[in-house]
Formats: sequence, structure tokens, C-alpha cells
Amino acid sequence: MINTSHSLLLIAVMSAITAAIRFMPFVIFRSDEKLPKSVKYLGSVLPGAVMGMLAVYCFKSVSVFTPPHAAPELIAASVVAGTYLWRRNTLISIGAGTVLYMVLVQTVFS
Amino acid sequence: MNSSEHKKTFRAALLRTVPVMAGYTVLGFGFGLLLESKGYGFLWAALMSLTIFGGSMQYVAVDLLSGGASLISAAIMTVMIQARHLFYGISMLIKYRDTGKAKPYLIFGLTDETYGLVCGYDVPEGINKKMYWLWITLLDQCYWIAGSVAGGLFGQAVSVNTTGVEFSMTALFVVILTDNLLKKDSRIPAIIGVIISFICLMIFGADNFLIPSMAGIAAALMLLRPALCGGREDEK
Repeated sequence: MINTSHSLLLIAVMSAITAAIRFMPFVIFRSDEKLPKSVKYLGSVLPGAVMGMLAVYCFKSVSVFTPPHAAPELIAASVVAGTYLWRRNTLISIGAGTVLYMVLVQTVFS
Repeated sequence: MNSSEHKKTFRAALLRTVPVMAGYTVLGFGFGLLLESKGYGFLWAALMSLTIFGGSMQYVAVDLLSGGASLISAAIMTVMIQARHLFYGISMLIKYRDTGKAKPYLIFGLTDETYGLVCGYDVPEGINKKMYWLWITLLDQCYWIAGSVAGGLFGQAVSVNTTGVEFSMTALFVVILTDNLLKKDSRIPAIIGVIISFICLMIFGADNFLIPSMAGIAAALMLLRPALCGGREDEK
């Protein structure tokens, strides 16, 4: 844990920006004017692309060059994706992947 | 509205939010547990679930807090993760137009899941729309706060070895990515997101790759617009 005041400031920044983004469309498009097509287009494709970026972000500190060569991450992530393809249930996949990863890093790869 | 109508509205909203209740308490629990493992107790979890109220954002926030991120990088990260809410808002403009005093809270609480419930289902017959949406939003936030506080308390009370619990965040995004890859409309954007971010990670390193990634993704999506719009009726 870092110091309390910086933590509080970080939370303030994140909540203020989150709220500002949620309110922005209601402020900008107060009247019924039509949305620009490029905004509509980005609205349909950006969420998917950002999720791809965030998935990569989660692996940013994992190195394939040093032991255990990202093995626990790759095994657990495959289980997450595999169980999701099988059951299409978010909670089962997150639960199974996280528990497996914890077991792997605490025992096999500790 | 008389009290029996209030009850009816509340009951309809409660039934509608049951799936989110399950999801939010479990995901919230994971968040609270993860946050606690970084030295931030349940009060921090409660504060964040009350003020930020965003699932993926709060998981990333654990990383930003424990890593002592600068305010600027936290701000940029927030903009990028939450930008999709701009588009949720756009599609709710008309629905939420006449909601009066409830409107600010309805907009504040417009998470992915609440959006899904309000947008994906019609309001049941004979139910006050505004109160119904207000209850859905409020109940969802209650589940989220309750789950995250429970996770924080559990982490404090039970001395389990929580090494590796941070993988729950990775798992969350792997699920969302897999889901996007399965959908025809978001498959190509998701692949573009992964490839460009990976290239930027290799070039710029773990601490500096997000901004170039975002710029690259936006540029690539604009360049591919003619191809990606091909199958969409409203864009023709």
C-alpha cells in the first residue's frame, strides 16, 4: 500500500473521470440532433478493440524469456478461454482460472 | 404511486437484477479480496465501489493504487477503459430523457450490466419506468458494494495464501476478449486491439505502451472503416 493521500487522490481522479464520461453524452447531445457517423462507427468497434488491449495489458509484466516462461499464465488463461467456450459462463471461467493459477504459482511453480 | 404499486415496482426490479446479483457479488468479492491483498482493507473497497462503480476499472485501479501510479497515468487509463460508456450514454439519451430527479443517479450508475438490463428488456406492464430503472441501478450498486466489502473482510479475517489472486483480473479480461472474438461484429476490432497492443508492448515496454496502442488502434480502426462497415446496415 502506498500513502493514503495519494491513494485518495487516485480514487478521486478515477471516479471523477468515470462520472464525467458517463454524463458527457447527455450533456453534449441534449437536443435530438443526429450523431455523426464516425462517432457511431467508433462506438461500435472501439469497445471490442479496447478489451483486446486490456487483455494484453494484463500480461504486460509476464516474461517468456525467464523461468517459468509464462507457463502458469498461459495454462490458466487457456483454461479460462476453454471453459468459457465450453460453458459460456463468466463466473465459472474466472473462478476456475484464478484458483488454478493460485495453485500453480503456490505449488508447482513456487 | 401508492405503496402496493411501489412494492410491485420493487419486486419487478429485484427479479430482473437476480443474474447481476450473482455476478456482482462474486466479481465484487474478487475485487475486495485482491485489494485487501495489496494492503487496502474493506473500507477502501467500499469507498471505491461507492464512488467509481465500474467493474473492470476497479480491477485496474488495484494495479494503479498498489503500483503508486501518477495521477496523469491513472487519468489516461480511466479515459481509455471507460470510453465505451460514451456510447452506452448515446444509446440511452431518449430512454432516460424524462426521468427528472432520478436522472443524475441513473447516469452515474450506468455500468455495463445495468445498461444491459435497462436496454435489453422492456419495462413490465403497469410499472413506473423511472422507479423501475432507479431500483435496478440502486440494487446493482448495492450488490457490488456488498460483494467488495465481503471480499475485503474475508481477506482480513481468513489468513489464506492469496498469492496469485490477482489473476482474477486477467481472467476477467480473457473472458471478455473470448466473448468478443465469438461475436461477428467485434471479432476484427478485438484482434486489431490485441495485435497492435502486443506490437506496442514489444516496442515501448510495459510502462509506456498504452498510449501508442490507443493511438494505433484508433488509426487502424479508421483506416479499416470501409471494410468493417461493409456488413452493417446503418452505415451503408
